[in-house]
Amino acid sequence: MDWLFFSEIGLAGLGSGGLYALTGLALVLIYKATRVVNMAIGEILMLGAYVFMGFSAGLALPIWASIILAILVTGLVGGVVERAIIRPMLGESAISIFMITIGLGSVLIGVVEIIWGANPQRLIEFMPKDPIFILDAYLSPKVGYAFLIAAIVVGLFLIIFRTWRGGVALRATAGDQAAAYSMGINVPKVFSSVWVLTSMIAAGAGILVGSIGGISPDMGVYGLSVLVVVIVGGLDSLLGALIAGILVGLIETYAGAYLGGEFKMLATFMLLVVVLVIRPYGLFGTHEIERL
Amino acid sequence: MTSADPILDIRNIEVVYNNTIQVLRGLSLSVPRGAIVALLGSNGAGKSTTLKAISRLLELEKGELNSGEILFDGQSVKGDKPHELVRRGLFHVMEGRRVFEDLTVEENLTAATYADDLIEAKKRFELVYEYFPRLYERRDGLAGYLSGGEQQMLAIGRALIANPKIILLDEPSLGLSPLFTEEIFSIIARINNEQGTSMLLVEQNAAMAFAVSDYGYIMETGKIVLDGPTDVLTNDADVQEFYLGMGGHGEEENKSFRDVKHYKRRKRWLS
Repeated sequence: MDWLFFSEIGLAGLGSGGLYALTGLALVLIYKATRVVNMAIGEILMLGAYVFMGFSAGLALPIWASIILAILVTGLVGGVVERAIIRPMLGESAISIFMITIGLGSVLIGVVEIIWGANPQRLIEFMPKDPIFILDAYLSPKVGYAFLIAAIVVGLFLIIFRTWRGGVALRATAGDQAAAYSMGINVPKVFSSVWVLTSMIAAGAGILVGSIGGISPDMGVYGLSVLVVVIVGGLDSLLGALIAGILVGLIETYAGAYLGGEFKMLATFMLLVVVLVIRPYGLFGTHEIERL
Repeated sequence: MTSADPILDIRNIEVVYNNTIQVLRGLSLSVPRGAIVALLGSNGAGKSTTLKAISRLLELEKGELNSGEILFDGQSVKGDKPHELVRRGLFHVMEGRRVFEDLTVEENLTAATYADDLIEAKKRFELVYEYFPRLYERRDGLAGYLSGGEQQMLAIGRALIANPKIILLDEPSLGLSPLFTEEIFSIIARINNEQGTSMLLVEQNAAMAFAVSDYGYIMETGKIVLDGPTDVLTNDADVQEFYLGMGGHGEEENKSFRDVKHYKRRKRWLS
């Protein structure tokens, strides 16, 4: 066994796991507030990456400005989507909204293909290129920095939700919209802030993912792997998204390195099946309370 | 009931669900400041709809206030969203308690702090725990694991956090044991007495509701059919037979259940 190789693969796995956790965070936040799994999160992520490309390559703006603008624009799109097609569904069943988000994903793919074309593209290189060595193990700098950023953002949210009253408002809204409304929580505002916020997170993740592997209109499939992550971690658990993200990242990368690329998906979905059998609510998800 | 400056004044409201089903047909009532007013009626009379029309939660259920006026504290509620009304001091404790089951008791109270200034609201946690010592004992437990009576206490406790001018109470006795019902009602009376909070109380348990309220309205199929001070209502023959379960007066004394034929005796107010 080549331990150096093993640990290098592990580091790469951690890197992709951090990105999973970041995108998982967006899914979990929306679910926590609205009880809706946003199936379009992968496409929003893709949109964020394309908008970044539009600003950095198309308009030749500086990288930092492009990143900020891309995040803001995608957040704006999230807000508009919420206002235009999610808000009217307030009070409807979660499954109807779930179906709408599937449709939204297709629409976003179409829009991006109309504007930027269907071919895969590369983002401008913006991360430092010096290779990172942890002891002797080599880590691709892109993956390393992406992990660092993802870890910081996820950590911040974990701390914020432990202490901030808004976390309670979010969960109250998810638990019972009418009841939350009836006690002074501005439910429509909770909805739109969550959509804006998660779209911004997804855009950030999209820029990171795109800068590692390039972008294409079908990179939204990434959202499917993230769905696995949040189901494994528990749909309503931020900590679950973090741990499951890293777990899935590691398993996927090891399976890819030792068994071959075609086993990546197989390994993650086997993990999904095993977790669902043992813990149907995910590793850290809340059990539904049954009162008799 | 007429009073110079009622906290809540409803004039001739009509509510239609889904543009097709008319539930309220010209309902009027008013709640004087500091009073408890009971609103009684059988299933489907429109009691809950009345409350939802007042608190504007109707919009979540595709209901619409077609005509009439609702004045809270002298101002129409028309332009307000539900959460804004709560901040103005109108709190609706919904039917079936509606606690947030996967939040703890204390987090449930925290959710209600959005109705008021955070620091002011936090001060009232103690008040809630004083009225409901049972909630204090279980403050870190999930609300979903509370008994029905404790959940009702929590629902009323959340209202207290918001420091409202009026509480709309929708069937606080729903599904509770007689013992719990009595406890809840005595606390309702205490809150009214000590905090000066006005209340509009919707109930099926007429005897209980009359015991704490000053004035009563009886509604059927979307409008008020009878109203008066509770001591007058309690002595009304129709109210006694149909709401207090005291049996018919005069006609056939000591009748057995076999002889009960409700359709024979028309309610006097139905013409």
